[in-house]
Amino acid sequence: MGAGHAHKLYRHGRSPVHRLPPHCKLAAVFCFVVVVVSTPREAVWAFGAYAVLLGAVAAVARVPAGFVLRRLVIEIPFVAFAFLMPFVVPGEQTVLFGVSVSVPGLWDAWNVLAKGTLGVAASVLLAATTELRALLLGLQRLRLPPLLVQIASFMIRYGDVITGEMRRMSIARRSRGFEARGVRHWGVLAKSAGALFIRSYERGERVHLAMVSRGYAGSMPVIDEVTASRAQWSAAAVLPCTALLICLLGWTL
Amino acid sequence: MTLSFVPSLDVRGLAYAYPDGHQALFGVDLTVERGERVALLGPNGAGKTTLVLHLNGILTGGAGTVTVAGLPVEKANLAEIRRRVGIVFQDPDDQLFMPTVREDVAFGPAAAGLRGPELEAVVRKALARVGMEQYADRPPHHLSFGQRRRVAVATVLAMEPEILVLDEPSSNLDPASRRELADILRSLDVTVLMVTHDLPYALELCPRAVVLSDGVIVADGPTAGLLADAELMRRHRLELPFGFDPTARPTRNPASH
Amino acid sequence: MHVPDGFINAPVSAAAGLVAAGAVAAGLRGARRELDERTAPLAGLVAAFIFAVQMLNFPVAAGTSGHLLGGALAAILVGPYTGVLCIAVVLLMQGVLFADGGLTALGVNITVMGVVTVVVAYGLFRGLVMVLPRTRRSVTIASFVASLVSVPAAAAAFTAIYAIGGTTDVPVPKVLTAMVGVHVLIGIGEAVITTATVGAVIAVRPDLVYGARGLTAPLKLRVGGELIDAPTAPVAVAARSTRKVWATGLVTALVLAGFVSFYASASPDGLEKVAADQGIDRKAEEHAVKDSPLADYGVSGVTDTRLSGGLAGTIGVGATVAVGTGVFWAVRRRRTESGADSRTDSRTASRTGESV
Repeated sequence: MGAGHAHKLYRHGRSPVHRLPPHCKLAAVFCFVVVVVSTPREAVWAFGAYAVLLGAVAAVARVPAGFVLRRLVIEIPFVAFAFLMPFVVPGEQTVLFGVSVSVPGLWDAWNVLAKGTLGVAASVLLAATTELRALLLGLQRLRLPPLLVQIASFMIRYGDVITGEMRRMSIARRSRGFEARGVRHWGVLAKSAGALFIRSYERGERVHLAMVSRGYAGSMPVIDEVTASRAQWSAAAVLPCTALLICLLGWTL
Repeated sequence: MTLSFVPSLDVRGLAYAYPDGHQALFGVDLTVERGERVALLGPNGAGKTTLVLHLNGILTGGAGTVTVAGLPVEKANLAEIRRRVGIVFQDPDDQLFMPTVREDVAFGPAAAGLRGPELEAVVRKALARVGMEQYADRPPHHLSFGQRRRVAVATVLAMEPEILVLDEPSSNLDPASRRELADILRSLDVTVLMVTHDLPYALELCPRAVVLSDGVIVADGPTAGLLADAELMRRHRLELPFGFDPTARPTRNPASH
Repeated sequence: MHVPDGFINAPVSAAAGLVAAGAVAAGLRGARRELDERTAPLAGLVAAFIFAVQMLNFPVAAGTSGHLLGGALAAILVGPYTGVLCIAVVLLMQGVLFADGGLTALGVNITVMGVVTVVVAYGLFRGLVMVLPRTRRSVTIASFVASLVSVPAAAAAFTAIYAIGGTTDVPVPKVLTAMVGVHVLIGIGEAVITTATVGAVIAVRPDLVYGARGLTAPLKLRVGGELIDAPTAPVAVAARSTRKVWATGLVTALVLAGFVSFYASASPDGLEKVAADQGIDRKAEEHAVKDSPLADYGVSGVTDTRLSGGLAGTIGVGATVAVGTGVFWAVRRRRTESGADSRTDSRTASRTGESV
């Protein structure tokens, strides 16, 4: 997590997708995922169409497919769950690759995998094309409570500082010959976590002093504003609207 | 102009005990005239930070008064006091809490109500004074420690303070950054109160020094004279670096370059 | 444990979203009351801490390692309101920045990992600290129990949401068994680490542990070089929130117990199953509690086994809470009496306080 501009998933670029205002993109991705989730699982072709849509967005944004696919590993625990389903769900049995599996179980597995994967892919595209600062401004623009956005921006600003402290503590432990190898060493690690909490909290108090010293009285002054034109909103709406069309077809066909 | 005869900072009989009962200040008297650069010296635990936190009203409620350019530090005028007293804290990471340098420098003036091109101009000027204009859009995290300290000074300068209060400005700086910061501080046309353990730095920058020990001011005079008083230094746990002789070196000033 | 999109159906996700939004709103108001204008920096830094500590790996055995979930830790260290806020912010950022957890499942994730863990952990912790003697060891025990229970409670809450809105047909008892079983193990790890972490903080800065406020030594004032006890100020925040926390914890426990028993009673308990298979249950017919209304965790007179199981669970928790509350009130009355003395002589009161 890099403070300020970049973060782990962000890919710098100047594509039309990068240039869209953050709140348009957030709203578009959210609506797209809602549409995907409400699509009936039997409409297999619809999910194919969604994947093509995301592929098109990725192409416009110049985000390579491999980059999106790599991030899908975040899903693994649920993929494992999905793979179990054909074996644990009761119902009509069928034979696949010489193993007896249940038909509703297969549908369940497909449902979770397809929707989950599309959801992750859409989020990755959002994160890959939007700067961190812009994401926060977008959230604020979407009427997230300002205090929540402030908390989030402090978390982002100090995430690196705190993880940096954690890393230095770990180096200090290892330079004194300590290597955490098992449950026996949890005590030492927990002490570090406790020390980290104290440092974080005390830093929070110092940051507050620094803010108060510069006239802070409870609300952040508005320094940056993001605005979106009608054209930008329409451009962002292409993704969820096309998806909605596919979804409706999926219900009727 | 009558205003120029009003001292930048006037502290009278300031005493303070923390809520936990620990008493840190026992009646501090200190006057800093406009345009002066004063070093506040003292051992650890002398009450230096406690005194600093009184200057802009973060701590109040003890005995005594603090006046900044004629304005008493009271709840009613805290906003103006905090604009007039710019504190640069020891750890720049505490001070730079916004996502970019520009937003951080803008924070104070924006909180005071400045907007648009005026705000932009103030920010640019403050960054120019510390030589950090080209870093405006960088996240503070990606700067070196010395650069972060300079930006921290800029965040305070943007508020056009009456008095600049620096808490250990030279700590953690490499010699080059230390010298750069000294040049910046010398170039500024504001009253400076510098809290430090770094005695050579105090001698280099501040013609006058005061020693705070056990919650009271125990010495006040020309920095070179105070540092040369070995007995005073030893009594208050102030030690000069090995091989440093305050009497042998004249105070450096811009003209000597 | 982050739920992806499509795992829970849309209506239930939306409902969970509402629950999460309500909890975050309550968190914002509560945190504001506790921290005022310090809310943003302090909650932000604590969120950053939770985020960092989730990356701290605790090696379990050769090659494998786990990490802290942090809900119970946040609740105990910074209180329930700020705790919910911090976890919610961490989950929001993980969803938006790292695609970790689906955007539509954000409500489910916040409800399960934020709200349930924090409320269960804090409710249990507070209740135990009140009932147990006022010592540091009690804080340790309370942290351990609270964080241990909070993890399977979250798993049970997830199962409940899954039972209503799951998009798959895996039988609920199977999911419950698997989820709670695994999460009891995870909970033990979480409990050990949380307890040790809370212990480490208490050892250095006891004042920072929100859940342990009131355990600090009485304040002293230095007047003319002598130490004098400061007048004891009532701990307003803790006292005010107690009743609410108690009520929330009670409701959560009732709902959970009702839910869990409702489904759990559908599959016979392991021991009973063995007994039935072996035909040894005929001999147990004369068991003394057989005729008590709650025998076999079902309410007699209610024929539907699931419904009666659910009722029994609810009644059971109700009874436990009633007894617990009775004990708690008895203890508190004694303490209030000794507290009244403190106005006249705080030194005696602090000694009485320790002996309670």
